[in-house]
Amino acid sequence: MPIDFDRRPDPELLLKRIDAQDELLQDERLKVFLGYASGVGKSFRMLDEGRRRRARGQDVVVGAIQAKLPPELARLVQALEVIPLKKIDGGEAMDVEAILRRHPRVCLVDGVAYNNPPGSKNPQRWQDVEEILAAGIVVITSLNLQHIEERREDVEKITGKHVTETVPERFLYAADEIVIVDVPPELLLERAGQPAAADPSANTPRQLSALREIALLLAAEVVDKQLEGYLQAHGIELLWGTQERILVCLTPVANAPAMIASGGRNAERFHGELFAVYVRNDRLSEKDETLLQERLESARLVGAETEVLDGDDQVEILMEYARSHRITQIFVGHPRRDHWWDRFLGGPLDRLIRAAEGIDVRVFPP
Amino acid sequence: MRGRLKVYLGYAAGVGKTYQMLADAHELVKKGVDVVIGYLEPHGRKDTIAEAQGLELIPRCKVEYRGSVFEEMDTEAILKRRPHVCVVDELPHTNVPGSGHVKRWENILELLEAGIDVMTTMNIQHLESLNDQVWNMTAVRVRETVPDWVMKQADEVVMVDLTPRALLNRLERGVVYPQEKAQRALQNFFKESTLVALREIAMRQTAHEVEIRQVTLPEATLETPAAPEISSAEISAPGPLNDRLLLYVTEHPSTAMLIRRGRRVADYLQADCLAVFVYSEVDFNSLPKAKREAVERHLTFARNLHVETRVLQGLDIANTLIDFARLHSVTQIFMVRPQYSPWEGFLGRNLIHRIVRQARDMQVTIVAERRGDTRD
Repeated sequence: MPIDFDRRPDPELLLKRIDAQDELLQDERLKVFLGYASGVGKSFRMLDEGRRRRARGQDVVVGAIQAKLPPELARLVQALEVIPLKKIDGGEAMDVEAILRRHPRVCLVDGVAYNNPPGSKNPQRWQDVEEILAAGIVVITSLNLQHIEERREDVEKITGKHVTETVPERFLYAADEIVIVDVPPELLLERAGQPAAADPSANTPRQLSALREIALLLAAEVVDKQLEGYLQAHGIELLWGTQERILVCLTPVANAPAMIASGGRNAERFHGELFAVYVRNDRLSEKDETLLQERLESARLVGAETEVLDGDDQVEILMEYARSHRITQIFVGHPRRDHWWDRFLGGPLDRLIRAAEGIDVRVFPP
Repeated sequence: MRGRLKVYLGYAAGVGKTYQMLADAHELVKKGVDVVIGYLEPHGRKDTIAEAQGLELIPRCKVEYRGSVFEEMDTEAILKRRPHVCVVDELPHTNVPGSGHVKRWENILELLEAGIDVMTTMNIQHLESLNDQVWNMTAVRVRETVPDWVMKQADEVVMVDLTPRALLNRLERGVVYPQEKAQRALQNFFKESTLVALREIAMRQTAHEVEIRQVTLPEATLETPAAPEISSAEISAPGPLNDRLLLYVTEHPSTAMLIRRGRRVADYLQADCLAVFVYSEVDFNSLPKAKREAVERHLTFARNLHVETRVLQGLDIANTLIDFARLHSVTQIFMVRPQYSPWEGFLGRNLIHRIVRQARDMQVTIVAERRGDTRD
């Protein structure tokens, strides 16, 4: 990569940057290692991070860890201070009071989706984690895709297994840091020490691959939200998006069903987002308005976020919406009539193409 | 049998791709697999160098170029040694002229052809079809690129992830680069916003790579009942939903951008894609030299990305292009944005606008011009 030698950083600026980053590090509160199945190495990554932080002088404790551990994990745990689980009515729960009393800088929590035994203060362990976070302690935890409430249905469709312990997705979005622990399914099956055929309850490579895809896309969505927050906070406009965002512009004449269908299909293939709008103005008849409302409804059915925009200058309003929603592709239809003067001077479509700098414009047949 | 290719994909230098690859190599050696290192670029990183200990290293060969001596991977020596698995760092590397292949990925394809499995590393910004997007985000034109079809050769793509903050931390501590270089690196690729964006793109790309490989995996044996025949026919048959893209090639400098974008869209839509140039002169050779050369360069570029190309002759360029598109059941025409001069009032006369107007029976996409980032 070519490096610009002339733009040597101002040392003071750099120092400020580093300070700002230290501040960020202070702010970091919840870190989640996300994996698509058990055995990908989430717990290992979590414990290994604990080990490294401890080596750098941070005060680290283990707040919850499963009793039975493979040797490589047991070795890591041995080197760390463990706050034992609390027995409640024959069950076990994380000892939140003990952790709060001990008040370490960092607390490692395994099995964040666990249900606490009846009689516990919080029904679920992730709620315990929220308490620990509220006390200003950094929590590092690991999470398996199948335990995310909003993804449970999709995962069950793939694995055919029902999961009862879940964490709401907002827990993941609230994390300051998320790390995807990615491993090819083959390696996972090898580590499990048995070929898929030997254990009928084990997932097949295809099932694992489908889970892996969901986990990667989920992580990308979380990262996208972080990016959005970052860009907003710093007033940066990212011209070209990190994912496809398609805007379908509806008019009474535009071939709406084809545009919506294509928008839906494209958004799905790209794992992107879909938006559909129309511009309301005085020229729109009541009949047209009803028609457009119906079209927005059908766009919602294929997953579009919809909006009615008000204003006289269609091109200007559409472009404003497109920019504020980080749109990468605009779908438009041909206008109803082609006036002879449009052929020379350019009509609204020509003006839109000209205005849509940095955005693909796809024109649909009428 | 052809060797298997595994790519460790990252979003920036220092996320730990090479380290992860070497750790996996050790795991293989433990299982008794014959593994050698064909090429390693540890960038003086202590952890990486330590991780390479105990693995057999094939010495590099020396190549002299313009009075200096460079070191490259010794493909001949690896072929002679015939290991089961070969570790080759940095897939996008460009070889020194005079050392056989132009690109390292060509050496790797040779190893695969010889039946050797290859493990390699790459950062997302080196993927050809993302070149303009990366330029837009970083103001850096990445010169060493890997065509998307090479990535498709990989049997397995694994994402090596690290949070941008942890990466910036490593950078500040001098783990990734020596201190002064790190300070310079902070200026472009290592801005936090850029890292977050690149990371998201890497995750999405990995998800895409995982998705397109799913069909080749053995189907679930237990839970899923045999699918009804109708639904399987719907998936496999190239029905009316399948797109065919026509990329309209001109001498315009943004044509490379158009081809990359078209290729990427075609890959995601699983569509066909062909690049077409049209001229109205008597014959191709009577075109002005500069124009002819630019067009030839663009057509070669398209072929390098495995896009079929055609050159057509016709008096009316728009008509010739559209007739060809109709004849070949093209569903979408891709064109570059017209150049607008500030005094241009007659939008409708512009060739691009004319094509949009005339090709009313198919979709026409005017591809955005992505420009290099100009913010601070």
